[in-house]
Formats: sequence, C-alpha cells, structure tokens
Amino acid sequence: MSAKPILSVEGLGKRFEVGGGLLRRPAQVHAVVDASFEVAERACLGLVGESGCGKSTLARCLLRLVEPDEGRIVFEGEDVRSLDGPALRRLRRRMQMVFQDPYASLNPRRTVRQTLAEPLVVHGLATGEAVDARVEAALAEVGLPPDSAPRFPHEFSGGQRQRIGIARALVLEPRFIVADEPVSALDVSVQAQVLKLLEALRERHGLSMLFVSHDLGVVRHVCDRVAVMYLGRVVEEAPVPDIFDRPLHPYTRMLRAASPVPDARARFSLPRVEGEIPSAMDPPGGCAFHPRCPSALARCAKERPALADLRGGHRVACFLHSPEAAP
Amino acid sequence: MTEPLLEVRDLTVEFRSGGAWHPAVRNVDLSIAPRETLAVVGESGSGKSVTALAVMGLVPAPAGRIAAGSSIRLSGRELVGLGERELDRVRGDRVAMIFQEPMTALNPTMTVGEQVAESVRAHRGLGAQAARREALRVLDLVKVPSAARRMDDYPHQFSGGMRQRVMIAMALACHPAVLLADEPTTALDVTIQAQVLSLVEDLKREHGLGVLFITHNLGVVALIADRVAVMYAGEVVETAPAAELFETPRHPYTEALLASMPRVDRDVGALEPIQGNVPSIREIGPGCAFAPRCAHAQARCRESRPRLEPEGAARSVRCWLRTASP
Repeated sequence: MSAKPILSVEGLGKRFEVGGGLLRRPAQVHAVVDASFEVAERACLGLVGESGCGKSTLARCLLRLVEPDEGRIVFEGEDVRSLDGPALRRLRRRMQMVFQDPYASLNPRRTVRQTLAEPLVVHGLATGEAVDARVEAALAEVGLPPDSAPRFPHEFSGGQRQRIGIARALVLEPRFIVADEPVSALDVSVQAQVLKLLEALRERHGLSMLFVSHDLGVVRHVCDRVAVMYLGRVVEEAPVPDIFDRPLHPYTRMLRAASPVPDARARFSLPRVEGEIPSAMDPPGGCAFHPRCPSALARCAKERPALADLRGGHRVACFLHSPEAAP
Repeated sequence: MTEPLLEVRDLTVEFRSGGAWHPAVRNVDLSIAPRETLAVVGESGSGKSVTALAVMGLVPAPAGRIAAGSSIRLSGRELVGLGERELDRVRGDRVAMIFQEPMTALNPTMTVGEQVAESVRAHRGLGAQAARREALRVLDLVKVPSAARRMDDYPHQFSGGMRQRVMIAMALACHPAVLLADEPTTALDVTIQAQVLSLVEDLKREHGLGVLFITHNLGVVALIADRVAVMYAGEVVETAPAAELFETPRHPYTEALLASMPRVDRDVGALEPIQGNVPSIREIGPGCAFAPRCAHAQARCRESRPRLEPEGAARSVRCWLRTASP
C-alpha cells in the first residue's frame, strides 16, 4: 500500500466470556484473534464473513465501543487504546459509526433535530443558531428536506432513517466512518440510493471507511480492498479485483461461489458447500476452515497457517498458497 | 403443457385500515406446474407474502379478506370459500409452507422429532411408533446429519440452517403437492443458503413438487426459478421464464431493479437507484402503481391502470409502453 494509512491495526484481539455460573467456569469465545490491517487515506476497506465471524466486534473495537483485549490501533498517528476521557471523545468525533438497523439505532422519542444536535453539543462544536445551521446542512447533505428536522423517526421510511443515521455521523465532520451493514435492512431499490449517497459523501469529504457487510456484491461496489474473516481471524486480504476475480483462500472461493448473481446462466451452478460454520466457542484446531475445506492437506489439521503477504498486497492464510507451501 | 397444480386467478386480498378496505394484493394471476419453481420476487410491501398466506387460507380475519371473484385452485379444487375444517385438511396435506425465521415457527419446548411426528400423526393418522419412524425418514431426507440422534434435540440446539431443514422436513412429511417457501433463506448465511436451495431443488425434482418461492433477492431467483413473477405494490407486473427475465426484462420496474443491484461477478459502474419509495396500499392512485417512480412514465400511465397482457407464449407484462397502441 503506497498511500499513507489513516488507520493501522496490529494484533487486535477480543475475547468474550459466555455462560458460566456459581460453580461453573465461563467459556471463552475468541471473537477476534490477531487481526492486522491498514486503511489508507481516502480508501474503503470491506470486512466480510458470515455471522459470528467477528466482523462487527472488530468494527466496534476500532472505536472502543467494545474494549479490545490486546493489540494496537493507531488512528492518525494516535494510539487509540491509550486514550481516555476527553481524548477518547475527541477521537470519536473524527471516527463515527453508522449502524445496520435504522429502526433500532435512532431514539424514537427524539426529533431528527435533537438527534443531530446532540453530538454537536456534546462535543462543544456549536451553540444556539449555529446548531440549527449545521443540522440543516447535514440534512441537505444526505438528501432530506429541511422540514424533516422537527419530525420523529417513525415518520420516515427505512431508507430515510438510514439517511438520518448517516447525517448524525456526518454532523461532526469525521475523517473516518465505520459502517456496520449500513444497507442490509433496506430494500434493493432503496439500498442503491444509500450506497450512492455514501459514495458521494466519501468523495466530497475525502472520508476513509471501514465497511462491514455480508453481501459481497455490495462490498465489490463500495470498497477498494477487502478482508475476509472466518471464526475471528482474517484469512485473506487483498484489493477488490483480486478477492472477487482471483480469490485464493478456499473459504473466500466458497463465499464467492455461494453469492447469488442475477443471471440465469448461474442456475444450479450452486456450489456443493460442505458443513456448517463451527461454533466460535470451540473452533477446530489447525486452520479453522480445514473441516469444510475441499482442498485440505494433512498439515492443515495440525498447524495454523500465518497470514502471508504474497504479492501486490495480497495476503492469505493458507498452506496451499504460502510461500513455503511447496510440499 | 401439464395441468397446473396451483392456479390463482384474479386474487385480490384487502385489509381494513382507517375504516376502509385497501387491497394489498390486486388481481394476481399465478400458476405452478409439477416440478416447477415459480419465484415471486418483490420488495417489502409488494404483496408477495400476502399472496402466499391467501393460498394457505391464512389471511387474518376480520382485518383482512379475500375479495369476491378471487379464485385459488389446487389440483382443480377451489379453495376460496372452503370452511376452516376443510382448509385444515388441505393445509399440510396438499400444500405446505415454510417461513423465513424457523425459530419462531418451531415450538421451543418440544424436541424436533416430536414436532415432525406430530404433523405426521395429525395429517396421516399414524400411531406414535410409525410417526416417529416417519419423522426420522424425512429428517434423513432433508439431510439432517445423524438424524436418529439429533431428533431428540430441541430447536435451540440446531443452527439456523438445520432448523430450516427441520421446517422443510415437517412440510414434506405429509407429501404435499405444493410447497410455499416465504424467504426461507433470507436469515441464513450464503453458504448455508446454497445448501438449503440445493435441497429444495433436489426435493422438487425427486418428488415432483410445485414450489412457490418468495424472495426479494434477484440473485436467489436466478439460482432456483423456472419462471418468475415480479410483484410491485400488490400487482404482478411481469411474468417470464427465468432466463428471459434476466436477458430481456420488459417492465421498467424489473429493469430498474436489475440496474440498482450491485453484483459480485462484475463491476457494474454507477448504480442507478430507483427514486422514491414503495407506496403504501392506501396511497395508490388510479394509474400504474409504478408510474410515480418510473423514468419512462407518460400522462396515460398516471391516469389509467394497465392490464397484465400476454407477450408471446410464455411472458406477460403490465405496462402501457409495452402494450400495442389502442
């Protein structure tokens, strides 16, 4: 990556404790293990994987909405994990989040104006009439009419609510947006409106972005690079054309092949997908994907392949493709 | 052409809202032949689920009703107007339904095997032992791994994909002729979705089922459909064999949907969103329901409603622009 990274993450890990009781030790789930990646200035990194792979936890760790257990996060030269109080608040002004469910992430008792004004007041960025001006500007930017301000979330459609969610993030003029499945709850025709809006805003404000999604089609359209996660680990990371047209990791290939395409020639080219996603509480040893992998070697059950840099910024954790892989 | 298993003619379903009846589904015609999958595709509010509920006789009264003149024939037998007891015999026996979220459709306090066996006993009058054997047989059929052991587990011990297999097993246990599937894979991950879709396809071929598959995902349509009906705001706006629909969409809404979809297989360049939103059933005007969002709408589109007109032998489209001049 030639451009200077705005965000770099190294060895990030997060464990959760699950279950347990008076006499029983809780089990540990390794939601994110040893995640390392960079996001270049003005770039968009996609984070994909199936449910439970840790992509949302990883996204939340970046803003410390979830407190990571280990690793380093450097944002614009600042060590994010060492920040506290006012410094952390200042970080969050520059790094904002857009959530999946525009129904659940807006307070139903607050008007749009209150929702958009609060971050400005909390961060001490505006008072009095200046607040109104900035709220109005944010609404205009996401394509909502000015008379939206005194209305409540329930008066808006799903697509419009997501625009409110985006306006709430933008009102602080952040440099970086973490978007967690921002269009997954929307109808197809509305989804395209919101994707176009995000595209335009990125362009206009020079935003960088981490875009979490389970929909590979959306990721191909929005992102420059993609990281694929499986059971808490990044298993492949590469520029968009490489991931989609020349995927290396057998899991990426399986995901790609299973993603439906609106083309009748694709009919019954359904891949024979083996097995289910194992529980993150008890991941398989070696390469976590080996029980489902059509090309697993004996070695894959015993050792875990490291994420190795091949060429042109294509990283993959798989013995079939490791530089030292030749048997 | 084979005799259709299911034939829906001029189906209109209305719901009461604010003291007046509003149609959620209007004049819908559909038919399904044996070994055929008809995909009904549409966005939320298109009426696709209500159509399936009507076929099952599950339109909730008194808030909803099937309008006079509607006809739903299953293997030649009229279902509209049947009493609850007769409907009960049709449901499950001849037509079965699976839903998007299997967890809410399964009873959490009964083992999976008991639930499948219960439906067999209720509909086929088998004894407890025979019903259990039959439950095991269908659980094997839908490829629940080590079914003999797992049938004594509870639904919460199953993954989402496995729960959907259990739902499908329950549906199949009574040998229905028609399977209605309402977004059965929407809550599943894509690799699991692929497994469930292959299963439905295999069952259709092996058992001669007719499948009505409801989805909002045009990619899923491409994988499983023989024919497609596109619904918008309660109406069928286009029907076509699947291959032709993707090759040459004829209704502006179908065209616009395809142009607004990002694709995983190639770079699409700029997306072209459809402006505006799907109208609510209370605000549909006298003209074409899609006219307010249509890039090609003309004066006549806003004034009068086009009919679903046949185009060649296998297609039909509801659009003034595609209808020969009067």
